[in-house]
Amino acid sequence: MDVMDKLTVLADAAKYDAACTSSGAQRGHRKGAIGNTSSSVAGCCHTFSGDGRCVTLLKVLMTNCCVFDCKYCVNRCSNDTRRAIFSPEELAELTIQFYRRNYIEGLFLSSGVLVSPDYTTERMIRCLDLLRNHHRFNGYIHAKAIPGTSPELVTRLGLLADRLSVNIELPSEKGLNTLAPNKSRKAIFRPMGLITNTLRENKEELVKYRHPPRFAPAGQSTQMIIGATPDSDRHILSLTQSLYDKYRLKRVFYSAYVPVVENTLLPAIDTKPPLLREHRLYQADWLLRFYGFRAEELLDEDTPNFNPLVDPKCSWALSHPEFFPVEVNTASREELLRIPGIGMISARRILSARRARKLEHEDLRKLGVVMKRAQYFITCKGKLLDGLKLQQDSILRSLAAAERASLPGAELEQLSLFDQAG
Amino acid sequence: METIYRYDGSFEGFLCCVFDSYVYHEYPARFQCEEEPSLFPVRQVGTDGAHAARVLASLEKISPYARELAVKGFLTCVPEREAVLYRFIRALYVQGRPLLRQLSHDAMLPLLKAVRHLEGEVHLLKGFVRFSDFGGMLAGEIRPKNRVLPLLQYHFCDRMYNEVFLLYDRTYREALVHRPGQWAIVPMEEFKMAAPSEEEAQYRRLWKRFYDTIEIKERHNPKLRRTHMPQRYWETMTEFQDEAYFHAGAEGLPQEHVPHIPLERP
Repeated sequence: MDVMDKLTVLADAAKYDAACTSSGAQRGHRKGAIGNTSSSVAGCCHTFSGDGRCVTLLKVLMTNCCVFDCKYCVNRCSNDTRRAIFSPEELAELTIQFYRRNYIEGLFLSSGVLVSPDYTTERMIRCLDLLRNHHRFNGYIHAKAIPGTSPELVTRLGLLADRLSVNIELPSEKGLNTLAPNKSRKAIFRPMGLITNTLRENKEELVKYRHPPRFAPAGQSTQMIIGATPDSDRHILSLTQSLYDKYRLKRVFYSAYVPVVENTLLPAIDTKPPLLREHRLYQADWLLRFYGFRAEELLDEDTPNFNPLVDPKCSWALSHPEFFPVEVNTASREELLRIPGIGMISARRILSARRARKLEHEDLRKLGVVMKRAQYFITCKGKLLDGLKLQQDSILRSLAAAERASLPGAELEQLSLFDQAG
Repeated sequence: METIYRYDGSFEGFLCCVFDSYVYHEYPARFQCEEEPSLFPVRQVGTDGAHAARVLASLEKISPYARELAVKGFLTCVPEREAVLYRFIRALYVQGRPLLRQLSHDAMLPLLKAVRHLEGEVHLLKGFVRFSDFGGMLAGEIRPKNRVLPLLQYHFCDRMYNEVFLLYDRTYREALVHRPGQWAIVPMEEFKMAAPSEEEAQYRRLWKRFYDTIEIKERHNPKLRRTHMPQRYWETMTEFQDEAYFHAGAEGLPQEHVPHIPLERP
């Protein structure tokens, strides 16, 4: 098998991994070394694939041979598919050559479990070691920690990579037991906890010593599959929040389940991936990380799932009329961020611009506020926008219409806007 | 009386226009770089380094951010670029620093929008630039709307610190040329990429294969892709080239769609 075939098989097997970011590590050039990591906070996208997802890293598996038999996974040992293994030398060379041509920002290395988790991780370490110490590669590396790997190996992996991640796979233990019999909740959370602790210790060392070796400077992330098990949005979002709180994760990724195998335990093979649901979860994830929302504010026992018609922030705003309208000329940053149609950037601009003079509705539009959404929730100098009608159901209808064009399409056609809104 | 200011097209030249407009107590009606027939009187502004430095220092004194806006504003592709900049500078001299907070002010907003467009394009191109290897030397081409090289150079010169490379800007006909420890942006009327070796062609094929494989077909969404990566960038990106581009000895990137954009270069 030549490199072209291997790349085809191993990129194909890795494509369902959602994470492809290069943010969080800032490292300038070094003499004699190749590359640096992106200086921009948001990372750097090198291209976008036909499905509109960003391609930042060379995302491949070390091998798609796997001793595990997770029902939802294309690489499970009982699946009849082509198998391939990259040699560490091949993969290192490929990464360097792609990087020099500015095709990629670095390497995203994951793997099926070959022989045992420890054996697989050692192979990954060999490849990363070649990259870092032989080729002197100074760019971004994201490595996957495989559940069940011994702590020493995870630590060594972390000293070579910028970011580590352990996949949660499924949002609940029950789902895990039925669909991924070889992985237990404990086996997943143990390396995650280990990484969290090592990161904290490494931070302390940074204070004590001059140049301690850096352990995963871009932190850790995880991902879970949405729609393979019957878990509610509320369950998923609370889990996400506890991961941010307890394990200090940088990101939680969601991956809409794409049916790849026929199995009575899984959704039927012709099920469409739940893209709208994934979209809503990402919107809520942003609210948790940047907008000061808590999971229990967004969803509760009575409404365990997101409204497909409007985004989570609008949904929250509609059910909290007591909070609105907000006067933009006096509101705090936290209050501004809770208004639909105002984001991080427009909130910052408002705070700056209103120090010069009081703002009018027209100014807000110029500052980048999405007035289609914000108009129902704000006053400027105590005044609502002229000619605005404020009735709960008509607001919902306009808000839903405002967002509709930009949503993942397929599922929406089945919903009747007026049945739900009326 | 309306007066047209004619200058040499450089940033220093433009700053001298600002200087002269205060000397002659005029508000320039238009700015020109080349000789064009016109009904209005034309004032020919000579470029004087000392005058330019004084104007720039006056901006810096009000705020380093004001200076940054002026420098970046001159790199943008906004229509009537000089008029937009001139209005900003004029208002800045009247109001001083507080103007910089008034993001929706008529003298600020058009400039801010133009600079955001420039910075957005610079950010995208950090990822979308593609290099080809010619025996150890790297070369790439772009066709941006704004004059991005002066901002893009920091990123690539840091990232490719130990490489010898050339990045050609088709729109403004200039190239960033770099070798370890030394680089410059130089005017270059024409640039044609050499034919790739077998090894280079192989890496192009590998990249194309990776790009085609990484898509999840069930999620195909060309509209979303165009939102993130406007089609005008595809022209110089490896993964969107025709079959011929992936073979040794192939022609360079297609040249046909190059539109004529008037040159305004120092």
